[in-house]
Amino acid sequence: MARRCALLLAGMLTAVSALPAAGATVTLACSGLGISFDLCRDGAQEWARRSGNEVRFVSPPKGASEQLALYQQLLAAGSPDIDVFQIDVVWPGILGNYFIDLKDRAGPDVVGRHLPAMIEAATVKGRLVAMPWFADAGVLYARKDLLEAHGRPVPQTWEELQDTAALIQREERAAGRDRMWGYVWQGRAYEGLTVNALEWIASRNGGTIVDPDGTITIDNPRAAEALAMARGWVGSISPPGVLNYMEEEARGVFQSGNAVFMRNWPYAWTLVNAADSAVGGKVAVVPLPKGGADGRHTSTLGGQLLAVSKFSAHADEAADLALYLTGLAEQKRRAIHGASNPTIPALYEDAEVVAANPFFAELADSIANAVNRPAQATGMRYNQVSAEFYANVHEVLTGRQDAKAMLPDLKEALVRISRGGRW
Amino acid sequence: MRQRRRAAWLFLLPMLVVLAGVAGWPLFRTVFFSFTDATLATLDDFQGVGLDNYLWLMRDPVWWRAVWNTLVFAVVSVGIETALGLGIALILNAHLPGRGLLRAAVLIPWAIPTVVSAQMWGWMFHDLYGVVNAILMGLGLIAKPRAWTADPDLALPVVIAVDVWKSTPFMALLILAALQMLPRDLYEAARVDGVHPVKVFVRITLPLIRPALMVAVLFRTLDALRVFDLMYVLTGNSRSTMSMSVYARQYLIDFQDVGYGSAAATLLVLVLAVATVLAVTLGRVRVDAGR
Repeated sequence: MARRCALLLAGMLTAVSALPAAGATVTLACSGLGISFDLCRDGAQEWARRSGNEVRFVSPPKGASEQLALYQQLLAAGSPDIDVFQIDVVWPGILGNYFIDLKDRAGPDVVGRHLPAMIEAATVKGRLVAMPWFADAGVLYARKDLLEAHGRPVPQTWEELQDTAALIQREERAAGRDRMWGYVWQGRAYEGLTVNALEWIASRNGGTIVDPDGTITIDNPRAAEALAMARGWVGSISPPGVLNYMEEEARGVFQSGNAVFMRNWPYAWTLVNAADSAVGGKVAVVPLPKGGADGRHTSTLGGQLLAVSKFSAHADEAADLALYLTGLAEQKRRAIHGASNPTIPALYEDAEVVAANPFFAELADSIANAVNRPAQATGMRYNQVSAEFYANVHEVLTGRQDAKAMLPDLKEALVRISRGGRW
Repeated sequence: MRQRRRAAWLFLLPMLVVLAGVAGWPLFRTVFFSFTDATLATLDDFQGVGLDNYLWLMRDPVWWRAVWNTLVFAVVSVGIETALGLGIALILNAHLPGRGLLRAAVLIPWAIPTVVSAQMWGWMFHDLYGVVNAILMGLGLIAKPRAWTADPDLALPVVIAVDVWKSTPFMALLILAALQMLPRDLYEAARVDGVHPVKVFVRITLPLIRPALMVAVLFRTLDALRVFDLMYVLTGNSRSTMSMSVYARQYLIDFQDVGYGSAAATLLVLVLAVATVLAVTLGRVRVDAGR
């Protein structure tokens, strides 16, 4: 029954054939629309030409949770329909059992090239179940022109950001720009809030909710401080509506010239500098602030990996494709032609890559210092942990709950979800 | 007679088979899964866990909050829609010039898919650019912009308001259809006897349109109890507006917990069934009305 369901689902996906050739036909599911799909297609077709195999593409559904549900059903049914999957950096723990170990196929040299945090994200119980394809990390967008006009440096700590944002907001409003806000970010109750809140907490050395060994660490004073600080932003330097903002809403406010600072992913860079942007050329990208003087610059690691199904009829060719697409040459091509962020640190110093994307120099640090969400430790239950976390953080930000009082409850809920810390 | 009955069953058979296939079987599967520990990854390899899922569900404050949100949403939105729908229907029933055009115009909110209108209202309620804030500020009703969808005290009222905007036309149209069936001579007689219009409405109109009104209310209530898209588009998985359907979907899809999610979905079906039975018996709704 489940098997038939999966076949039906696979049938519903749209399949596009590539060049006919001898050899095996490898099916690749790469998500994304427009440029990101073109990047994926061109790379895979190039591999097909060189290796004499064929590539078929399937387009998965658009939403991440629908994608995950579909992949789960396909893989649970043992379907060989898709050989190579593009997966989110937080999915290896959920889907890892269905993927082959790529450690030996890649070899230590290739594995060693990639960001350690990315490799860690792709490793489940000692098996490398996916190869890092492109990275993502939170960065701070700042209005250079406003900082200069008001004689303020780029903030190094959250406290400094708070003061600078409040000062510029006050003076700009006094000058008649009464829609000006200090700081916009992602506060809606969804995965993005987990990402933001983890950045506040980790930058204060308050841990990552659950440690890699499965210990629940969220109930600590530094985490409480970080959340209490963020609670103070809502309505003062951040618009009250930030509690329902996702990435695009935050970008809308920043790009129309109504915010001094914005937390976002690197994708926004091209857009805030586009011709129709009110702030083109006035923006700097800098690492996210530290939490206090003894904190550290960090951000939450995002990104995508490629994994090979263990039900694949041509695992060798599929693994070869995954390794080709995640390899140095292809990541370089993707960076130059599509501003995709490599998972290989060396590429951030590559002259051609930097010439094509001058701001990559600013990103390198953020990506190198990024922390993982607790997706390995929590495995199958990551989504539930994240949902519990963002729902409770949202309650704190709306003022319904006090940060100090909420954390013990959250810990208790996580203990329940993990059946007593056994994940 | 017996032959006719047999023929009737024969004609009904294809429909019953299709219904069993598209409604009965999935419902049975959902109820079945609710007694197991199935996950999306183990759909054909699971154990029965008896009432475990239900017991955990009963202990989850988030679930009870979702139940409460759903009930508040259903009662308040259907109440307002009924009152407004009745008013609009009475106006449309009067012989106004351009009545046909008005009737068509009223239907527009109902014709727009909920996902689209929810997104549209989401932008209108935006805290910085929303037209709602602009209008209210312009009228001097609020001193500073409100974050309609982000503020936990305002989010549920906003969701209810959007539903009222969307579903009132449906109510109005059903009631209008009932109004236009009413025999004119009753009203003639009442006018001749000089009965006060309010009394006419309470004594003649209301009792006569009651069956249709009850059916409309029942339909809307069942719809409102199942609500999903409005909350999901306007406020996502936020617990301040989470409905039972949003809760069930989160467990089924986001957490891949088919057993637990099915238990939530089954309880939702039970709530719907109870609501229907209550409405039909207490309201004496004639489901077979219209003979």
